Amino acid sequence: MAEFLRANEAKLLDRWYEIVFSTVRGRSAADDLRAELADLYGLIVRVMSGTDESAFGELRAALAELSRSRARSGFSPSETAVAVFGLKDAVYEVVADAAEMVHEYLTFARMIDDLGLSTFEAYAAAREEIITQQAEAMLELSTPVVRLWDGIIAVPLVGTLDSARTQLVMEKMLDALVTTEARHAVIDITGVPTVDTEVAQHLLKTVMAARLLGAQCTICGIRPQIAHTIVSLGIEFGDITTKATLADALAHALHGAGLKVGPA
Amino acid sequence: MDELLIESGDDVVRVRQRVRAVAADSGLSLVDQTKLVTAASELARNALIHGGGGTARVELATSAAGRAGIRVTFSDSGPGIADVDLALTDGWTTGDGLGLGLSGARRLVDEFELVSKPGQGTSVAVAKWSR
Amino acid sequence: MERVPILRIGPTLFVSIQIDLQDQSVLQLQEDLADQLVATRATGVIIDITAVEIVDSFIGRMLATIGSISRLFDAETVLVGMRPAVAITLVELGLSLDTVRTALNAEQGLRLLNGSS
Repeated sequence: MAEFLRANEAKLLDRWYEIVFSTVRGRSAADDLRAELADLYGLIVRVMSGTDESAFGELRAALAELSRSRARSGFSPSETAVAVFGLKDAVYEVVADAAEMVHEYLTFARMIDDLGLSTFEAYAAAREEIITQQAEAMLELSTPVVRLWDGIIAVPLVGTLDSARTQLVMEKMLDALVTTEARHAVIDITGVPTVDTEVAQHLLKTVMAARLLGAQCTICGIRPQIAHTIVSLGIEFGDITTKATLADALAHALHGAGLKVGPA
Repeated sequence: MDELLIESGDDVVRVRQRVRAVAADSGLSLVDQTKLVTAASELARNALIHGGGGTARVELATSAAGRAGIRVTFSDSGPGIADVDLALTDGWTTGDGLGLGLSGARRLVDEFELVSKPGQGTSVAVAKWSR
Repeated sequence: MERVPILRIGPTLFVSIQIDLQDQSVLQLQEDLADQLVATRATGVIIDITAVEIVDSFIGRMLATIGSISRLFDAETVLVGMRPAVAITLVELGLSLDTVRTALNAEQGLRLLNGSS
């Protein structure tokens, strides 16, 4: 089969290119596509000849890379797999009448099938990676720490407070306490949709961490709706001061710092 | 792969230092390094005090999902733990059932495996992976 | 075994933990501090852990015990310089160290002891 592929390379490559190009619909540049297919063709021939140990590994790697770049360009995984299967069609058109090639063709076809399936797996893995990266980026963006005044920082929380976000909040808040030498942190939970016992425990952890660095915490942004939930769940904030608004919390922190705001 | 003997208080410090050195090169964040070394310190001390001495094995490893990290395994041939479930009851505010600091150490790591039987010693393997 | 030095400046005792402490050293520190509190009648203790990278449950409990012992001698203890990574780990372990006060650094710690905020 390897011989056959080598001997008919020009014809088969052209036909394969035609088949794939018709599905691409302008999303790939013609030259790039042709070069990609030529590379794959070469690798497939090497694998089929059975003499090259590293060829199979290289072929899988090349296909994985192809899947990843196509995933990023918005191709569906079937489109990528179909592109690989296209070579089967191209070869079949030529060997259809050659009875002596049947056995070899079947082996070849099975290998191409496996390779096509592997592109699906690589595609899925690439998408997973993108999703994870986006989730991390979102996490970073939604955890700012701001300096409200000398010695007072604010940590506005937006979104659900799960353990991943709690870790990030604690790290950023503590680093800010060290850099600004703040002694007061206001944690604003206006943007936290629900406060259940788990969220309350995360908040408690955050307050405890700040205290270990000598800072007092005030929790603000408790909406009327969640106030009821908090009480009925029996959640107690103990000696942590809680206020309704950021303004109240700031006034409280200023008072704690021995400062007063008045008319000029 | 390192194997360290735990036979004295100084050895507990040595285990801490070794885990910290390996962790620093493994791509773990500073907080994750601190958590792992702290867990290792708890477990090394357990092996010394409750296990009558033991060993610690520190090795670079890869998680099932392909992330690089570290695995540390503590073994001792002490009396073993009769009620493993009790020892591992997670009480964040009250500590675990037997005061062994096991539930705390478990919270600090990504993987935690404890094998123990009375009269057969204890083996605890913990792992922390990079994100 | 390393012995942690205790400095006295006025009514305050200063302890700076610079190295990875063995359990025995921490226990010795507890004893030495108790002796010093009685001998000097100091009213404040500042324990600087800026250089400490690991505080596990044993060391954490020892620090809390130092706080309780000091209180018996009518002295207040302030733990200063805790690293963020250490704080996060201690919180995860569930240790709140209620018997000691905390501050970012020795300067703020002194201000706490002297009553100004």
